[in-house]
Amino acid sequence: MSAPAESPNVAASPARALKSHYDALVIGCGMSGLGAAIRLAMSGRSVLVVERHNAPGGLNGYYFKAGRKFDVGLHAMTNYAAPGKKGPLTKIFRQLRIPPEAFDLSPQLSSRISFPGEELRFANGIDLLESEVARAFPKKIDAFRDLVRLVEAHDALDISRPQATPARALVHERLGDPLLAEMILNPLFYYGSALQNDIDLDQFCILFRALYLEGFARPFEGVRRILRVLLDRYKALGGERLMKCGVRRLVADCGHVAAVELDDGRTLTAGSVLSTIGSDETLGLLGMDAPGKTLPRHGYAEHIACMKPLPSELGWKDTIVFFSNTARTDYRVPDGLVDPSSGVVCMPANYDFGTRRMEEGMLRVTVRANHRAWKALSKSEYAEAKKQVAEAMMASALGHLPGGAAALPKNALLFEDTFTPLTVEKFTGHISGSVYGSPVKVRDGRTPCDNLFLCGTDQGFLGIVGAILGGISIANLHVIGPGA
Amino acid sequence: MTKEDCKKVVLDIISEIAPDEDLSNVRGDVRLRDQLDLDSMDFLDIVMELRKKYGINVPEADYMKLSTLDGCAEYLTPKLNTVKA
Repeated sequence: MSAPAESPNVAASPARALKSHYDALVIGCGMSGLGAAIRLAMSGRSVLVVERHNAPGGLNGYYFKAGRKFDVGLHAMTNYAAPGKKGPLTKIFRQLRIPPEAFDLSPQLSSRISFPGEELRFANGIDLLESEVARAFPKKIDAFRDLVRLVEAHDALDISRPQATPARALVHERLGDPLLAEMILNPLFYYGSALQNDIDLDQFCILFRALYLEGFARPFEGVRRILRVLLDRYKALGGERLMKCGVRRLVADCGHVAAVELDDGRTLTAGSVLSTIGSDETLGLLGMDAPGKTLPRHGYAEHIACMKPLPSELGWKDTIVFFSNTARTDYRVPDGLVDPSSGVVCMPANYDFGTRRMEEGMLRVTVRANHRAWKALSKSEYAEAKKQVAEAMMASALGHLPGGAAALPKNALLFEDTFTPLTVEKFTGHISGSVYGSPVKVRDGRTPCDNLFLCGTDQGFLGIVGAILGGISIANLHVIGPGA
Repeated sequence: MTKEDCKKVVLDIISEIAPDEDLSNVRGDVRLRDQLDLDSMDFLDIVMELRKKYGINVPEADYMKLSTLDGCAEYLTPKLNTVKA
């Protein structure tokens, strides 16, 4: 991801005319920022979104390289709700007044959790996973059903709750089988736990619902489709957007953001400021010490392999494969550059796109990476390390696909690209290039300033749907709603 | 504007907010959220649209008065007539 992303919607020039005051300013043009900005504009407020990067999307952005288009974050959109069904996704469509068909979502085929000696398949809705658990762990099917009920009864969206409890031990205890527990936990770790070797109970319930009770979908075009719909909606409401210009400093006076200083030196005022850049990153703008910034944060390396055949033509029919080469996933920042012994393989062609067909196949392999180890490398070492790490990642991942590496014909690969925590750091500004942010979440979005609120990763709702809904919730709670 | 007109105003707003809801048989004397899949976020939107479309401000203390369609008609009709005049 070294080539700068081009964007069709970039503001004409950094010197674009701005008002001296906005009712609301949103820092960051990612999913949560856009969700919040649309709501604020819908309520009749004047809104400005500022984004330091030249392309929108943040952690769910995109880039162009070698004539191809790549998504940064999107493996799958979770929380899929078929038309007419209720859920977080339906809530987003309602709150933003976007017709559900606008996202052009196609459901997944099916996915798989692959561990040594055992695998569990799952599709949208709990049925397939339940029958797989009954097949592979017949004595534990009742315990599994109890766990499903626990998740269904848990109101994980209650943002008034303080920090919740770690859930790994609880899941082990409830399921009573270490392998089953680890297999159920692995995808939930990889799709959103900010903790080391554990997952917060609320997050566990949110992700269990998002992955297993609801499921995966994807627009044929990828994340750009979703961003375009959100940007168009925002623009139609009169919302303003300034690209390639972030916030340099928030000037606070007696616990109140009195002025906002932009990267280009201009200063403006805003009634409310919503920051999506992370909690410690936001404290940094206030010139305050951020004690959480040294806590370990998960970084990821991703290798993208474009290939001539579609994966299904090689017998690879899964949408996503969550894999682990060990019975227990060591979900922590690795000691070396990466830990390829567990991770995620995504095959974006394996969705039910109807008659539409991708022109070429793609494998995306994601594993945990150590930001500090990457940072210590020289420029030439970095390039070489990317190559070696990519090989190790592919070898590990292909071991979990039918036929393994041997199923991939020689010369099938057309183009490969690898990105690391340094790439994510460069383009998003998140500390340590982390994707799931600080291990400490601020559920209600409050900050030391009475008109400054957090949304996005560190408010705690993850994934595309979670991020958009988080932005909506924080805008409603603190700016638009009756208590604001 | 009559109370029936006012109910129509409220139902039109709900149909914008929740286009997937069937509004053909909404009863006036039963709580809206017991008949329709509306939550607090949706009620916030009803209030927001009333302000944007008709300039009516509903203070939080009065939200309860909007819980049924009859309640909406009772509470909002005089306000709508004042705004219009």
